[in-house]
Amino acid sequence: MIQIQHLTKRFDTASGTLVALNDINLEIADGDIYGIIGMSGAGKSTLVRCINMLERPDEGNVEVNGRRMQDLKPAELRAARREITMIFQQFNLLMQRNCLKNICFPMELAGVEKSKAEARARELLELVGLPDKAAAYPAQLSGGQKQRIAIARALATDPKVLLCDEATSALDPKTTQSILALIQKINRELGITVVIITHQMSVVEQVCNNVAILDNGTVVEQGPVSAIFSNPRSEAAKRLVFPSGAPQQELLPGRRMVRVAFNGTQTTDKPLVASLAIECGALVSIVAADTRVVNGQTLGSMLLALPESRAEAEKAMDYIRSYPGISCEEVTEA
Amino acid sequence: MTEFFASKDWQTFLEVLPTIPQETWETFYSTLFSTLLALAIGLPLGVLLVVGEKKSICPMPGWFMKLLNGLINLLRSIPFLILMIIVIPLSRLIVGTSIGTRASIVPLVIASFPFVSRLVETSIREVDAGVIEAAQSMGANPMQIILKVMIPESLPSLIANATIAATTILGYGAMAGVIGGGGLGKVAINYGYYRYNFILEIFATALLVVLVQLFQSVGTRLAARCDKRLRK
Repeated sequence: MIQIQHLTKRFDTASGTLVALNDINLEIADGDIYGIIGMSGAGKSTLVRCINMLERPDEGNVEVNGRRMQDLKPAELRAARREITMIFQQFNLLMQRNCLKNICFPMELAGVEKSKAEARARELLELVGLPDKAAAYPAQLSGGQKQRIAIARALATDPKVLLCDEATSALDPKTTQSILALIQKINRELGITVVIITHQMSVVEQVCNNVAILDNGTVVEQGPVSAIFSNPRSEAAKRLVFPSGAPQQELLPGRRMVRVAFNGTQTTDKPLVASLAIECGALVSIVAADTRVVNGQTLGSMLLALPESRAEAEKAMDYIRSYPGISCEEVTEA
Repeated sequence: MTEFFASKDWQTFLEVLPTIPQETWETFYSTLFSTLLALAIGLPLGVLLVVGEKKSICPMPGWFMKLLNGLINLLRSIPFLILMIIVIPLSRLIVGTSIGTRASIVPLVIASFPFVSRLVETSIREVDAGVIEAAQSMGANPMQIILKVMIPESLPSLIANATIAATTILGYGAMAGVIGGGGLGKVAINYGYYRYNFILEIFATALLVVLVQLFQSVGTRLAARCDKRLRK
């Protein structure tokens, strides 16, 4: 389990002190795939580096599997880092070593016997689907292949936690899919806890169970991915879920607006708008609607304009509130 | 034409010619040996210039880094001709004599190791910060980062820079002829400059050019050969 409590990190810059992370509290369960999403500059890379102490927090506590990371001595920290490995946006492979030797590298650092390390590296090459690339150099590989080698290297020391820092941001959509599938496979088969840092909503949608939304150095929202997608509350979450900002900007003048979210497959086929007309006599207009698949669940949201008459609007609102399997929220400002 | 072959200059040239292979060899080995010694001192210093910085992997006290940088700049700013004369007593102490090729190795190394350490510094700085961070994230200690990441990753650049150092040292070595150093520089200066023997001056210089070409092409080839970033 990863527990982050009251984590604060400041940077001294030429123009004064910058608070990169402000009182962050997170809990990541064992075996989870946890997403940390935010726009660039939100502090997510700093946050993930505080987990393995590549960045030292100024305040707060980072605990990984019961060990307080910030209190470890240098040698203890180096040992702990073998259990909390990391992959990067730019892969960061050793360009002068071939793939096999790259995967052997962390084992070499840990003093694993060469023949054992090479045998293990070959197993890992198999696992990441590149058994024939042992002798190839990174410069001869595509981006996706480089990331696979980086993943194999990260797995070499049998970690408990894998930190992914924008690991798919330099890859095309198709390669991104295959790398995410590999990460999912590793999570399932090896039981490794995965923390994914990304600015791509699609990444969180596809693989994460839980997500924290980071904005301006603070966690503005966290919880199960499906809950946040179906009902984003914070401005930052809404920006990420509706990147074009469409639903908010089309409020009809003089009409009460309500955002309705369907949570999960079993509710999306319920004819809410039709039921409203038939059972409640309220004619609502659909201003915006969107569905997306998150972790195999269909989630939808709609922005509805309620009838102009006050009484009818109130009646419709009550009906929506009592409707099973959906959540709703009145939208008052653009 | 017969006049030319009858000239005194040509006669001297023929007299000196048999010694040329020996002088060429002396220039060659003194350059090679000085380069290796300069690298032995300059490599650790160059690494230290990078890793000792405040935000790097092995931060050293600020005053220490300032002193180190200051000393290197100081040694680099002394003209070689003057440095050679200053270190004569030191040469006597180390090699036992202040004349000859072996004695010239002392000023050559002293003059070139600060230069070499700056070259090494540039090479080490070229190593991608992300790769160093990755090594740290895997639990590498500072020594492992230096020996297994920084030096191997910058090896092609280090070889290219060592080649530059060797050709520069070859040039310095020729200058050592002025104060009694051996080699082709001595031939060019003693016969060409002091005795106006134009033929020997040109001939010795031409051989120096050939040596520089040799060092450079071997270095370039080695650097390219060990660089795995190039697709083959």
